[in-house]
Amino acid sequence: MSSFPSGPIQLVEGRALVVAGEDIDTDRIIPARFLKCVSFDALGDQVFADDRKELNGEHPFDQARFQGALILMVNGNFGCGSSREHAPQALMRWGIRAVVGVSFAEIFFGNCLALGIPCMTAAPDQIKAIQALVQADPSRSWSLNLEEMKLSTEEESWEVAVDSGPGEMLRSGRWDATSQLLDNGPQVDALMEHMPYLNGFQAVL
Amino acid sequence: MSSGTLYDKVWDLHRVTELPGGSTQLFVGLHLIHEVTSPQAFAALKDKGLTVRCPERTVATVDHIVPTISQQRPFEDPLAEEMLSTLERNCAQHGIVLNGLGSGRQGIVHVIAPELGLTQPGMTVACGDSHTSTHGAFGAIAFGIGTSQVRDVLASQSLAMNKLKVRRIQVNGQLTDGVSAKDLVLHVIRTLGVKGGVGYAYEFAGPAIEVLSMEERMTICNMAIEGGARCGYVNPDQVTFDYLNGRVHAPRGEDWDRAVAWWSSLASDADAVVDDEVVFNASAIAPTVTWGITPGQGLGIDESIPMPESLEVGERPMAEEAYRYMDLQPGTPIAGVPVDVCFIGSCTNGRLSDLRAAAAVARGRQVADGIRAFVVPGSEQVAKAAEAEGLDQVFRAAGFEWREPGCSMCLAMNPDRLEGRQISASSSNRNFKGRQGSASGRTLLMSPAMVAAAAVHGRVTDVRSLSTQPDL
Repeated sequence: MSSFPSGPIQLVEGRALVVAGEDIDTDRIIPARFLKCVSFDALGDQVFADDRKELNGEHPFDQARFQGALILMVNGNFGCGSSREHAPQALMRWGIRAVVGVSFAEIFFGNCLALGIPCMTAAPDQIKAIQALVQADPSRSWSLNLEEMKLSTEEESWEVAVDSGPGEMLRSGRWDATSQLLDNGPQVDALMEHMPYLNGFQAVL
Repeated sequence: MSSGTLYDKVWDLHRVTELPGGSTQLFVGLHLIHEVTSPQAFAALKDKGLTVRCPERTVATVDHIVPTISQQRPFEDPLAEEMLSTLERNCAQHGIVLNGLGSGRQGIVHVIAPELGLTQPGMTVACGDSHTSTHGAFGAIAFGIGTSQVRDVLASQSLAMNKLKVRRIQVNGQLTDGVSAKDLVLHVIRTLGVKGGVGYAYEFAGPAIEVLSMEERMTICNMAIEGGARCGYVNPDQVTFDYLNGRVHAPRGEDWDRAVAWWSSLASDADAVVDDEVVFNASAIAPTVTWGITPGQGLGIDESIPMPESLEVGERPMAEEAYRYMDLQPGTPIAGVPVDVCFIGSCTNGRLSDLRAAAAVARGRQVADGIRAFVVPGSEQVAKAAEAEGLDQVFRAAGFEWREPGCSMCLAMNPDRLEGRQISASSSNRNFKGRQGSASGRTLLMSPAMVAAAAVHGRVTDVRSLSTQPDL
């Protein structure tokens, strides 16, 4: 497995796999019983645990042909439900470095961003075509280019989208927000000074 | 783009600066933490050599992993014990108040912060839990965050966020007898879909919302996230102020008067602009029950499991999956579906008024043979208040178990869980596959009164069909 994301995320290249279905929630990505941990380290083996058990080796995350894939192709509202960052952590620790789908749940998207994992969108019929290509030939190599906003194979290319703010954070390597937030400490101080509920509601707005 | 809404006003007030990437640095007024999503955040702080910037703006409790039968330490489950002791250590080390077991203030994080008066209008509230939307009931911007963001709030008391659009959910008319806030929000989610709210904050407004109590408003905002909306809110009004007045952390004296004046100014202006508006008629809503595997697969109690051809093409694959997983056939009336387990509790419906509504149904009746039914108060304060008015006795006499406070079987990170293919009637918020602790377990979401009715009959039952005074 490649190392975890760091620095600017401009290009993700490698094989892909598909988890099809609308509204796949974070309880399915990582069932709650695996949240009983004080570290994320072991989550990679537990990703989609119940779905994988149910499919008895036939889940894409178990199939030999998809091992080593790092781009996950999904459908609509992927990652809905619980805010658990354990979900993207589990995907990342399995090996996923980018997700492409029709749409993403808000909190899941933000959690991925904080890990340097781009969640890119494309139109439903395009996603369908992309998923069919992945299924037909799991050995095919894909290239997700955040500069050109394109997902490509050697033969074809599709436009993908991400909101401009998160896109810029990824491309510039500033997706790990902590240091930027800390840099603005003095502005936080100034804001707190005038925040009504922190000063006996005295501040004139 | 919205303007003049409560969301716009509170957002603007908390905006620290625009970040180079195009996100906004947003100040967090109240940060709530619990044992599940905070340990890795504290570990990350340590790795980076950072401290907690405003320990007094973070408040902790323990809820997800606590057992509800015996809360004796150490817990039987060593992993649960490790999580709580890690939280205790982190809070002690960083000077964060922990409302722990037996403190009189412990409970589900979204129950205790309102009841302690911590949640107030005009605040931004963040917590590593998606149901943080609950706190929007006070006219706050409240949203769930992941663990990396918990780390960011601990370190900087702020977050990198992108502004949402605002959709007003205008609810006209009034709910009819036997129909609750839970039914209303299940109806909204059923209508707009589980992804309908992605990218939006939901402003719940209109005559049907204005008459709701704070606890009912919390139920509605709690489930905004199930409709895809990261935030839900209700404009603050006299109901809000009356609820807050006198609570432990609420302002007092002259502060109180100034606070009320300020809070009042935050409500959306009469000429506020929203990005979208959807109108509902409350009087047309029936008790609502989910039949499938997303909170959007809901039905009025007098309806039947939908036929595939009656659904939009895009909804059919999920419906097919739900028929199979739930083992419910299209065309089957939802009323009468047998249940095995009945659970009353959770951050959605574990407050005093919820327990009263369920107890009113349970009083003088008996849980049906073969049904396991239990009631889990949302907090130690809720438990105490309920016991003071004898609700525990009502439930016990009816054959319900009366438990200690916690998240319990909403998500089964504790000993409370479904076994095998069991099907539950549950007052919680999610019916996802495997949600209640068994990989093949099944969940029917409904109001607390409807859960009590299901417990008494052993099957899904229209609570309106039960007389309020059963023969004793």
